[in-house]
Amino acid sequence: MNETESAIDKGEVEGKVEGKVEGIAKGDLLVILRHSPHGSSWLREGLDAALVAAAFGQQVSLLFAGDGVLALMPHQQAGALGQKGTHGVIDMLAMYDIETLLVDAHALTSRGLSAEDLMLPVSVVEGDALPKLLDRHPLVLNF
Amino acid sequence: MRYALLVQGAPYSSQASHSALRFAQAVVARGHRLDTVFFYHDGVYNAARLAAPPQDEPHLGDAWRALHNEHGTELLVCIAAALRRGLLDEREASRHGKPGHSVEPPFELTGLGQLVEAGLSHDRLITFSP
Repeated sequence: MNETESAIDKGEVEGKVEGKVEGIAKGDLLVILRHSPHGSSWLREGLDAALVAAAFGQQVSLLFAGDGVLALMPHQQAGALGQKGTHGVIDMLAMYDIETLLVDAHALTSRGLSAEDLMLPVSVVEGDALPKLLDRHPLVLNF
Repeated sequence: MRYALLVQGAPYSSQASHSALRFAQAVVARGHRLDTVFFYHDGVYNAARLAAPPQDEPHLGDAWRALHNEHGTELLVCIAAALRRGLLDEREASRHGKPGHSVEPPFELTGLGQLVEAGLSHDRLITFSP
């Protein structure tokens, strides 16, 4: 096992601002977020599940896919519907030791975005790495 | 094998609850154990005790209760998702000063930690979403 892999196994890989993640992230739980911040409660309830799992001591990875990447757009506000929005929760992820933030590459490019546009450093995951990513988490919750 | 289910679709609005129930019945029919069904997102409406579907349609609430009575399956409902959707058991109704309750045993209001626990402690956690 080389140094990179052992760091991944301990969950210590920091997200890279650009380029592909060098290894495949590993953890107890992978939460996949596929919905945008406003318009439904999927994103908020998915993030809630991630926070609770982290509070229970689980090593949580987040995968932002589809419209879920919009959760990471900077300068968000509460919005017209009087709901709190999710940007506050995104800000709190580090406090919950949720540091493995993964973004589906296609979700970014198809929306004209790049990792630099996002409010936090993330690891970009190419489509062919997704099966391996799922395989490296014993529990996957899909929102 | 020990199974747990996560149900996230509202009953009668989407197929998710119906599929989950049929899967649940198949699991026990094949001799596996179905220990836990966790209701989250709009799936919490499965726990509405006042649901009154037409008599010629399947009664999802009754079917979940039957699963509990016959196989001991625990029926867990996320309390945060339930409360904001008007699903309160007697204790929560009284705590929030509401005139009636809409959830009763064997459905139990519980925290999301139970979902994580169910996912980690069973051989399989199968999600049914709309």
